[in-house]
Amino acid sequence: MSLNTLFGEKKAEAKKIVFTSVDQYPEAPISLGTTLSNFTGDWRTFIPVVNEDKCVKCYICWKFCPEPAIYIKPDGYVAVDYDYCKGCGICANECPTKAITMEKEEK
Amino acid sequence: MEYKPIRKVVSGNYAAAYAALHSRVQVVAAYPITPQTSIIEKIAEFIANGETDIQYVPVESEHSAMAACIGASATGARAFTATSAQGLALMHEMLHWASGARLPIVMVDVNRAMAPPWSVWDDQTDSLAQRDTGWMQFYAENNQEVYDGVIMAFKVAETVNLPAMVIESAFILSHTYDVVEMIPQELVDEFLPPRKPLYDLADFEREPFSVGSLATPADYYEFRYKIQKAMEEAKKVIKEVGREFGERFGRDYSQMIETYRTDDADFVFMGMGSLMGTVKQAVDILRQEGYKVGAAKVRWFRPFPKEELYELAKNVDGIAVLDRNYSFGMEGILFTEAKGALYNTDAKPLMKNYIVGLGGRDFTVNDVRKIAENMNAVIEKGELDVEVDWYHLKR
Repeated sequence: MSLNTLFGEKKAEAKKIVFTSVDQYPEAPISLGTTLSNFTGDWRTFIPVVNEDKCVKCYICWKFCPEPAIYIKPDGYVAVDYDYCKGCGICANECPTKAITMEKEEK
Repeated sequence: MEYKPIRKVVSGNYAAAYAALHSRVQVVAAYPITPQTSIIEKIAEFIANGETDIQYVPVESEHSAMAACIGASATGARAFTATSAQGLALMHEMLHWASGARLPIVMVDVNRAMAPPWSVWDDQTDSLAQRDTGWMQFYAENNQEVYDGVIMAFKVAETVNLPAMVIESAFILSHTYDVVEMIPQELVDEFLPPRKPLYDLADFEREPFSVGSLATPADYYEFRYKIQKAMEEAKKVIKEVGREFGERFGRDYSQMIETYRTDDADFVFMGMGSLMGTVKQAVDILRQEGYKVGAAKVRWFRPFPKEELYELAKNVDGIAVLDRNYSFGMEGILFTEAKGALYNTDAKPLMKNYIVGLGGRDFTVNDVRKIAENMNAVIEKGELDVEVDWYHLKR
């Protein structure tokens, strides 16, 4: 994972907390850790998919992503951090070359 | 230190205020409403006289009063408030918040009838309408139980991390003076040590965390289950705390349903709050007249003492449930609860619901006698005349 993500290099430490038994939960509803351990990407229904053949590296998607979950790879193309992308579709809407399409996510 | 009670002649409201003082509450946030007002006035007086350093937050509504108590309790403080009727209804949203965040706030609700028509008199519908908010509910029969109830409620609440309501009757208790045995401060302190909160908001060394944050469908369910587990645990804690209170101070509260002369009873009167004092007196008279009757006073409505109700119900032919409250479209609220609690058991007493005393309608020993005569006839016949009897109705 490269720079320009939500957490920069800290992204490497990201690990989602998943409770598999009621006993693992805290007694009171307090959230443990930061967003590094509380992924928000599982709220979505549709995911943005980038077609590099059409991408012109304008980075409008990168600017508009409210999360931000779009990052710029070393080769200059954009990619999506699916741990945090909520599937809002703003990137696909803003893309001038229609290089980003919203597709139903299989879960 | 040997226990020597301090006897004071006080109203139910002053008993509540003294109990809050002796429980060393740290924050009181409250808004005046009849008939509760003299509780928070008395606490303000304690502060004005320099008897305590309670932080008193005068707020603009009951909703804000509970919100301020939630904030205080989340920091680890012992928080207290009091309200009645419309004020309690205005708090409703925040009541869910307090229990959901597992904050052991204690509140006195002075039972007052809901408007309209406007009424300031005794009626349990205000507190019972908060049944599903996750608050424990203790109904006091007299001023002594108001005082004892507040102190015990803090201990129970802080053990299981759930909020608790201590409920007393408008005017019948709130403004009626009676002798209350108060406990010397050092002995209350021994019984009720400082609160140990679930988490420490002032711990800046630990990882950051947020309180009352979002839980998606993947996690919300488990937190609901934990509240129910805490309620189940509270039943044990209530009995232990009630027994300890009795050992230390001579008044035992280990029964969640206080039974009075029920051992050989054919049928019992069941109800909550101050009206059960009248019922007990009537039971003594009826016993002299040959009726084999007893009284079952439900002290704790939440958590609901299903097991104790079963032990009572399996040995009697009938239960006359006296409800000073009503759930429109159904029946008296305690009646619904009691029937539901027994449905899957082998205890099948005849159960009849008497709606009594709504909006402060006087409920006397003579009324209990008339109900006893009716209940006796119902049991002899073996079937109900009506299931829900609007006993006082002018016909």
